[in-house]
Amino acid sequence: MKSFVFGYLICVAILAFNLQQDKELTESIKRGKAIYSDFCVTCHMEKGEGVMYTFPPLAKSDYLANKREASIRGVKYGQRGEITVNGVVYNNTMMPMGLEDEEIADVLNFVMNSWGNSQETPVTPEEVAQTGPR
Amino acid sequence: MKKSIALLGFFVVITITSCGQKVDNEINTPKETDFRAELLVSDLQIPWGMEFLPDGGMLITEKSGEIILFKDGQKTLIENVPEVYYRGQGGLLDIRLHPNYANNGWIYLSYASEEGTEKGGHTAIARAKLSGNGLTDLQVLYKATPNTTKGQHFGSRIEFDTNGYLYFTIGERGERDVNPQDITRDGGKVYRLHDDGRIPSDNPFVNESGAKTAIFTYGNRNPQGMVRHPETGAIWIHEHGPRGGDEINIVESGVNYGWPVITYGINYSGTPITDKTEMEGMAQPIHYWVPSIAPSGMEFVTSDRYPGWKGNLLVGSLSFQYLERLELNGNTVTYREKLMEDIGRVRNVKQGLDGYIYVAVEGKGIYRLVPNS
Repeated sequence: MKSFVFGYLICVAILAFNLQQDKELTESIKRGKAIYSDFCVTCHMEKGEGVMYTFPPLAKSDYLANKREASIRGVKYGQRGEITVNGVVYNNTMMPMGLEDEEIADVLNFVMNSWGNSQETPVTPEEVAQTGPR
Repeated sequence: MKKSIALLGFFVVITITSCGQKVDNEINTPKETDFRAELLVSDLQIPWGMEFLPDGGMLITEKSGEIILFKDGQKTLIENVPEVYYRGQGGLLDIRLHPNYANNGWIYLSYASEEGTEKGGHTAIARAKLSGNGLTDLQVLYKATPNTTKGQHFGSRIEFDTNGYLYFTIGERGERDVNPQDITRDGGKVYRLHDDGRIPSDNPFVNESGAKTAIFTYGNRNPQGMVRHPETGAIWIHEHGPRGGDEINIVESGVNYGWPVITYGINYSGTPITDKTEMEGMAQPIHYWVPSIAPSGMEFVTSDRYPGWKGNLLVGSLSFQYLERLELNGNTVTYREKLMEDIGRVRNVKQGLDGYIYVAVEGKGIYRLVPNS
């Protein structure tokens, strides 16, 4: 009986923890959506489709899926030079937008949970803070 | 019988002439060009403003907050630049010399500034003098309020007319339903001051209770081009529309240019903003672009170096990455041409004191257009 109650409480705790994480992610994505509309949409477009050969797509992006750190770095410090996204080469410049670390985490969480993208774990402000310029 | 033929003839004539007035909104790409673009100043990120000094140097603003003096092939960083709010579209923006710079030494700047109590920033207009390689005597002539952390629409072009007035634009800061139509609020406006910051006594809203009296026009969205017409002396602007609906407007005192009540554009999401493109009491643009070219930088060609272009308007395109040349018949655009195709995001275009056209391209630098001959 005791071990049952104990096991039950453990389950409840784990459930509560996960629900809390979900809630935090939901809030982050909501904030990220507003940031996207303010700072990103005019180039990357409303559904993350970008502009072929000019501004890379974010929708179903293999770059986002495979290069998490580079993606964080690009938003935080700016992006220059050649990259290949979904088989197309882009060589343009994206200036940093002056976003705070939490905002960078929020907008990446929004993008990584939209338009066919997925993430294993949410991006956190701590992860952004620890991402250096190279 | 004769009367009906005459009447028929009359209708034929007015039909043909009215068709002839239809503006051709299509852009042309020339098969060959009679100029080449030489990269004069390289390694610039976002060269937002540029000016030409009487002694032959150039002053260039980098949006990130630097003023570069380019002279004899060398770049020098100017010191004592005011701190800028580097956020989204905001940073250090335009730079213009007073029309009488040779005598008074005033240099005007527009930039996003955090000055004030609220978090975030808004557009500020300041002037200063150049002493050696540093700015001195900085005076902030206008600081829009309230600050906001939104990254959009600082406007920020500066121009002078021939009567000593200073004009500048401030975008609606991402608050389209709050700022542009309200003359008691900053943002979404063209402003006019005396060159020392005093409010002109004949500004349109000086007698309106609660109005920001520096306002000259309202209902604007985000003008990033402004230039004085070389013949009429009128101030012309262009402004970014939402998705489609970029406009060219001629600035007139007290006029409402309609944003967001009337527009030729729609939301970025594809949903409509309004079903109205015109309304009584609101001005129509003399030209609009659909799709948007995202215009930045505006200049009339007056130089003899480009005989085929004299009197034409040059406008930079950020989104389509070319320089647009527009031919005009009075206030009507009659022909559009794409120059410097795929050069990059064209941020500014100006005619120098030497008569050459200079084009500022983001991620690249400043090109000089040299005629082939």
